[in-house]
Amino acid sequence: MALAVKSEGRDAIKRRALLSRTLFLVPGLTYITAFMLIPLGFIIAYTFLSRGTYGGIEFIFTFENYTRALDSLYIGVLIKSIFIAAAATVLAFLIGFPVAYAITKLPTNRQNIMLVLIVLPFWTNFLIRTYAWIVLLNTQGFLNKGLINMGVISQPLELLYKPSAIVLGLLYAYIPLMILPIYSALVRIDPAMKEAAINLGATPAQAFRQVTLPLALPGVLVGAIFVFVPSVGNFIVPELLGGGKTVMVGNLIRDQFLKARDWPFGSVLALSMVIMLLVLFFIQARVNRRVLGDARA
Amino acid sequence: MHNKLGWLRLPLYGVLVFLYLPISVLIFMSFNASDAPFTWTGFSTKWYSVLFDSPDILEGFKNTLIVAVITTIISIVLGTLLAIGLARYQKSSSLEAIALTPAIFPDLALAIGLLALFTSLHLTLGLHSVIISHALFCMAFVTAIVRGRLAQIDSSLEEAAQDLGDTAIGTFFRVTLPSIKPAIIAGGLLAFTLSLDEFVIAFFTNGPSSPTLPIVIYSMVRFGVSPEINALATVVLLISALIVTIAQRNVKVQDQL
Repeated sequence: MALAVKSEGRDAIKRRALLSRTLFLVPGLTYITAFMLIPLGFIIAYTFLSRGTYGGIEFIFTFENYTRALDSLYIGVLIKSIFIAAAATVLAFLIGFPVAYAITKLPTNRQNIMLVLIVLPFWTNFLIRTYAWIVLLNTQGFLNKGLINMGVISQPLELLYKPSAIVLGLLYAYIPLMILPIYSALVRIDPAMKEAAINLGATPAQAFRQVTLPLALPGVLVGAIFVFVPSVGNFIVPELLGGGKTVMVGNLIRDQFLKARDWPFGSVLALSMVIMLLVLFFIQARVNRRVLGDARA
Repeated sequence: MHNKLGWLRLPLYGVLVFLYLPISVLIFMSFNASDAPFTWTGFSTKWYSVLFDSPDILEGFKNTLIVAVITTIISIVLGTLLAIGLARYQKSSSLEAIALTPAIFPDLALAIGLLALFTSLHLTLGLHSVIISHALFCMAFVTAIVRGRLAQIDSSLEEAAQDLGDTAIGTFFRVTLPSIKPAIIAGGLLAFTLSLDEFVIAFFTNGPSSPTLPIVIYSMVRFGVSPEINALATVVLLISALIVTIAQRNVKVQDQL
């Protein structure tokens, strides 16, 4: 009798847990499946199909989209995009690391104010933030006028519409995404670790290089992914600050879908971006595991 | 305390100048009386009144508000449920990764995937398809923030309520919801701003007849600098900055990533 009640109770608890799990998880996961995973499946499927005469696709199996992507023209665009995005990422790290490190040295209340100030522009309109640089850097713009008035230059400088302007725009847009994860990694480092290194005879510079830097590495890699991934697929900055002269893979994808109407080829290019993201996350996860493992050992 | 910074003051204040200089110049130039975009002739607010006479901008603003409000409601409901499910009922790092992926996935890849889906379903594109698409990644931000909050609070109160025979739904409304309210508000506000300012996905999933404000802005900025855009940009920047500042009061910045 007692046993029956007990097992019935256990069943009821199990049933209730299953019900709660379903209730909380199913709506969101269904939504993500329907509108992210299935669309991703569409992109993968499209890469093996042929383009329709008037856009869209035809169900004829082919590898042609992949062989076409290997054309030196498109490989060139891909390499240029990676190069530009990597330049923005490296600059974001070189500037972002000292900034994040400096923030950790501030009193706690000022740390929070500083973080809000750094992240605030990121949450505002991307187009407008990019456009602001045109206002600033145009040949008749604020900077050129200022420099001419000060007598530094006599002719306005052409600062826009070249690859360096694209790097600048991407750096501006995404540097908060580098600073935040590095900051999070730095504040989590136990000060005792650095003290121990110094007690064992390390100079502050050595302690920084051998303790702080390796422990901050997972944060740096997260930051690098957060800057690199949206940079490499960006088509707004190349268009507005690059003047459309430098074509990046994002511009190419957009044009395949909205202008050339070659969806299968556009899908191959988009898939290459997704694969880049996955590879980077895989590397980050491995480094993360190694650093955490080392710290524990 | 401040002296400890030393040379680190240079990058710290340098980055603030870098981040705020272009925006400041833009805001300053929006009060220029001149028609010529680069020549300062005097202070005026006339470009702001021009905005209210432009039917394109007003229409865009209305469409954007409709999208952002409905997106926020869907994101809050789905994102909060998902966060509670992940924190309390099914601890799984791979499910958690899937739940957060829409926030970091390349927007262009999401955009063309959704366009492909909608097209194959023969769905007419319009504000509804933008809402469906925006809710996907906005939901992930709500999930992340609420999930972060749930990790900080003790689950023993919820367990006690359930041990005392409360239903899952009862526990949710009486115990869980009040304790995560600040995170839900913050997540909702951020979802609202994200949707308000989102361009790439809206550009792909919208129909031609109902442009959102970022699409209107895009068609304007492609043709260079004008005092009218400067005024519009200032208004849009200030709206987002205000909403995000309110959101920051509810959660710490670190919880957002």
